[in-house]
Amino acid sequence: MGLLTDLKSSISRAASTLFSAEDPKRIGIYGPPNAGKTTLANRIARDWTEHGDAVGPESHVPHETRRARRKENVEIERDGKTVTIDIVDTPGVTTKVDYTEFLEHDMEKEDAVRRSREATEGVAEAMHWLREDVDGVVYVLDSASDPFTQVNTMLIGIIESQDLPVLILANKIDLEESSVQRIRNAFPQHETVPVSALEGDNMDEVYDKIAEYFG
Amino acid sequence: MAEVKDPQDGVQIDLISGERLASQTSMEKIRMILDGVREGNIVILEEGLSPDEESRLIEVTMTEISPDEFNGIEIETYPRSETADASFLDRLMGRESTKKLTVIGPANQIETLHKDETLIQTLVSRK
Repeated sequence: MGLLTDLKSSISRAASTLFSAEDPKRIGIYGPPNAGKTTLANRIARDWTEHGDAVGPESHVPHETRRARRKENVEIERDGKTVTIDIVDTPGVTTKVDYTEFLEHDMEKEDAVRRSREATEGVAEAMHWLREDVDGVVYVLDSASDPFTQVNTMLIGIIESQDLPVLILANKIDLEESSVQRIRNAFPQHETVPVSALEGDNMDEVYDKIAEYFG
Repeated sequence: MAEVKDPQDGVQIDLISGERLASQTSMEKIRMILDGVREGNIVILEEGLSPDEESRLIEVTMTEISPDEFNGIEIETYPRSETADASFLDRLMGRESTKKLTVIGPANQIETLHKDETLIQTLVSRK
């Protein structure tokens, strides 16, 4: 009996050494373009990193983020414990990119074409990260828009098929047209947390859930 | 695939049976879809793609987008409710259900008018 207990405790010690030596989990921030992913990433970085550097520039023009950006070792403190994660801000996922849409944002054709080319590379990169390099997903949706889109359905399906933990954020609750319930109805199998990354509303609950899901 | 008609004649619709899809590898399916869509056809898959194939379809589509030539795809399926219910073992063994009718077309020719759990309405236009 003693031998068995010793064996069990040494296995548990080895396991705890293994897991404590593990790198922080990489949490991908995913969602369609203009959902507020970079605003959220910047909010988290500003709240929990020493220098509070931004992860990337925020913009109303779609596809502002055209490269996945990782912010390492973000230490989130909850209930006296510290959860360390890497946050990966990813380009908004879509199945189409039309450079002429950028022309509506006062862009020259050459710049619009370049932006669309970079955007397509960014989406491909985001998909690759999702298949290979993230340990969990924060899925950001604009709660003022219809969540029932094919990209959302497909991405949530892809995330589920990989058994990645996923937390859905209903962002932009500061907008009058916001409807958190619409998002809950679209993805009833997942927990949805309302938030305004821009205004910082309900970020405490977001950090509680991040610690619970990814800690 | 068989002869392709002039786009001026109308919109070609390719209905791909589940049997035909089952005999193809993931990349063969993606190539078949994108070749059809790039010719301006609407491709309808009787039994859809797996999540991994959908992920690769998005990735390959992105590499093929070219200004003034190909803007990408519009894709519609019903929500994959079965996948959420499938057990981990089923998914591990590839037994998840992907049997969802899927419509794929060129982004500049197909527009979704309405979508819910049981109905997809799309407007298809000529080039």
